[in-house]
Amino acid sequence: MLGEGIAKGLVETARNFFGSYVNKDRLTTVQYPEERIPQIEATRDFPFLVYDGGDWQAGMRCVACQICEKECPPKCIYIEKSKDKKLDAVGKPQFYPAVFNIDISVCMSCQICVEVCPFEAIKMDTEFELSTYDRFGGLLWDKARLSKSNEYYREVHPTDAAVSDALLAEEKAKAEAKAKATTEAKTNPTISNAPQPGSGDRPAS
Amino acid sequence: MGETADQIFVTLQHSIAGYAPAGLRPVLSTMLAVIAILGVFALLFAMTTVLERKGLGRIQNRYGPNRVGPFGLLQPIADGIKSLTKEDIVPQAADKAVHLLAPISLVLAAFTLFAVLPLGRNMVLVNLDAGVLFFFAVSSVMEVAIFMAGWSSRNKYSLLGAMRAIAQMISYEVPLILASVTVIMAAGSLSTVEIVARQSGYSGILPHWFVFTPWGFAGFFLFMVAATAESNRSPFDLPEGESEIIAGYFTEYSGFKFALFFLGEYIGMFAISGLGITLFLGGWSAPLSFLTWIPSYLWFFAKLLAVIAMFIWIRGTLPRLRMDQLMNFAWRFMLPMALINLVTAGIWHFFEHGVLRWIVCSVVVVVSYVLLGRGLTQGWKLERRIYRFAE
Amino acid sequence: MLFTTFAIVTVAGAVAAMSFRHLVHSVLSLIVAFAGLAAIYLLLGAQFVGLAQVLIYIGAVAILVVFAILLTRNTREIQRSIAVSSWRQSVAVVFAVFGVLAWAIYGSGAISHVMRPQPEVAIQQIGDALILRFALPLEIIGLLLTVALIGAVTIAMQEKKEKR
Repeated sequence: MLGEGIAKGLVETARNFFGSYVNKDRLTTVQYPEERIPQIEATRDFPFLVYDGGDWQAGMRCVACQICEKECPPKCIYIEKSKDKKLDAVGKPQFYPAVFNIDISVCMSCQICVEVCPFEAIKMDTEFELSTYDRFGGLLWDKARLSKSNEYYREVHPTDAAVSDALLAEEKAKAEAKAKATTEAKTNPTISNAPQPGSGDRPAS
Repeated sequence: MGETADQIFVTLQHSIAGYAPAGLRPVLSTMLAVIAILGVFALLFAMTTVLERKGLGRIQNRYGPNRVGPFGLLQPIADGIKSLTKEDIVPQAADKAVHLLAPISLVLAAFTLFAVLPLGRNMVLVNLDAGVLFFFAVSSVMEVAIFMAGWSSRNKYSLLGAMRAIAQMISYEVPLILASVTVIMAAGSLSTVEIVARQSGYSGILPHWFVFTPWGFAGFFLFMVAATAESNRSPFDLPEGESEIIAGYFTEYSGFKFALFFLGEYIGMFAISGLGITLFLGGWSAPLSFLTWIPSYLWFFAKLLAVIAMFIWIRGTLPRLRMDQLMNFAWRFMLPMALINLVTAGIWHFFEHGVLRWIVCSVVVVVSYVLLGRGLTQGWKLERRIYRFAE
Repeated sequence: MLFTTFAIVTVAGAVAAMSFRHLVHSVLSLIVAFAGLAAIYLLLGAQFVGLAQVLIYIGAVAILVVFAILLTRNTREIQRSIAVSSWRQSVAVVFAVFGVLAWAIYGSGAISHVMRPQPEVAIQQIGDALILRFALPLEIIGLLLTVALIGAVTIAMQEKKEKR
């Protein structure tokens, strides 16, 4: 009969209307900025530089290899190598970046810099509320602004941080073992100087 | 006590007008009433915009505006400031005089419609002998205003929207007027005050409203559908639908003129709902006989709010009708239904009071509704006969 | 004074309707002339006629004229002036008609200083007259309108079939 569908539709909308007062779950609106949708762990927004320990300058993992600068598609990273060296995460003296700028208004969050970094030095942050009134320099971040601690990294990306920490621990262990082997070889010249099997250049199995 | 509360605005008007010299007294009292009507309905417009958005939001499982003021109720102030401060862009090829006159004449016509609506006991602005005719006459001026708006923009989409709007409004005026004619027949007068007076009796506790008769019920349904189409409201808002034709006849309007169009349309909606309430729902009379202590104007506005809520509910439910579906509905279903309703009202009048006339009238109305509905959905058409000869 | 205002509005609307170059402007000023006429009817106390004038002339006839213009003519502005070469003859005819009308109106009893009481024509009386005394003209008009409607439907219907 004419009008039956309309009547059914009206009942449905009335149910929606009154239901929205009775049952708050019906309203899927997230009232930003009082509420926020919880972010998933794999959220990526803009990069940050990881440092170990308390001092961001001494503990910075980045060795200014400039791989991320070359691989970045929109070329938003600018690195200047330092002249002197400092100890890196595994204990080897390396260069460090004197200038490390990322223009986050250009950055497209593709995570390529994270994927190519061999030193677990640059990772993706999850902060997105980054508006600023300064149009020209406000979104050009230097290395002080970009550095965040490893504890922070463990907070925002627990699983990735665990993997990264395990990797670094393994490399550190390998480097220490190699250092111990060379010091032993130096103090004990009778042990042959030929390259030992299972150490050095071959990739770890 | 009930009497004073009921007539409080009338006594207020008389006391303020008493301060003027005797010659100016009618002018002053009319001016006061006009100012009151303008103020009240403009406020109602503001409230309706925000309530509509919140209502539609809740129907669509979301909040409406809830940032400005408590529960978003001060949103119209923000909207008003926005409309007033926006740049008024007039296209270079547009006809400047007509472009300016169109929203003004729309708002003028819309507000003039309130002159014959009785908002309460003794609270009608002008008690015209031909009140209902006045109402329809002025609402046809609104059509001219819409044409002016659409044409003056020199934009083919605006013109198309305006032509469609006028075609729609003219087509739906016929069932609208025919539905009102049944009420005029039953009340015996074109004066709105007289029509409300006819509906103000009670048998037991039930009122004598015309909507509680078979022809009145059908007439109310026809009137409300035609009123929705006359005010270009969803689901009949093809001429102004944003996804169809940009904004139709007010595409080229910005800022305050756009707000004036919005105002004119909503005020037209209130006025025609007011007429529907006056004709079918008993105007300012209370629904049950023991509730007459509540002032009459409160009942009128309560009914008006209920009708507006119904409009909002329908807007949130139904998709937009296509132009040919709209016209088919008007000419193939509503017009025959309105004519049959007229006959039914006549039958009702000439039978004596009793169960028989209820049965006969209800049967006529229901059967014609079902048959016409079937005809509409199955697309019965008038077609020329094609004769096939056996070869 | 009210009458003078409305009369000026009507005449101005009519003159403007003649002299505008753009057809749609002419129609709009014709609407103003209709409105002025309706106001004069209402001033005379003829509520039904005045409101019917608004409803029918402004609401239907003017819209019909507008549709007709927009569907048929090219609505660009006429570039030449509206004055015709034979304007002297037309002015003479106009004055002659005005003279005849003025003589007829003055000669009749309408402008006598005795104001007869205005007849109270309630709308009820108009309805009674239509149904009782003028029933046959009413039915004939109804028949005429029905014939026109059916004719329009038939013409439109045939066009739809012929297109195949």
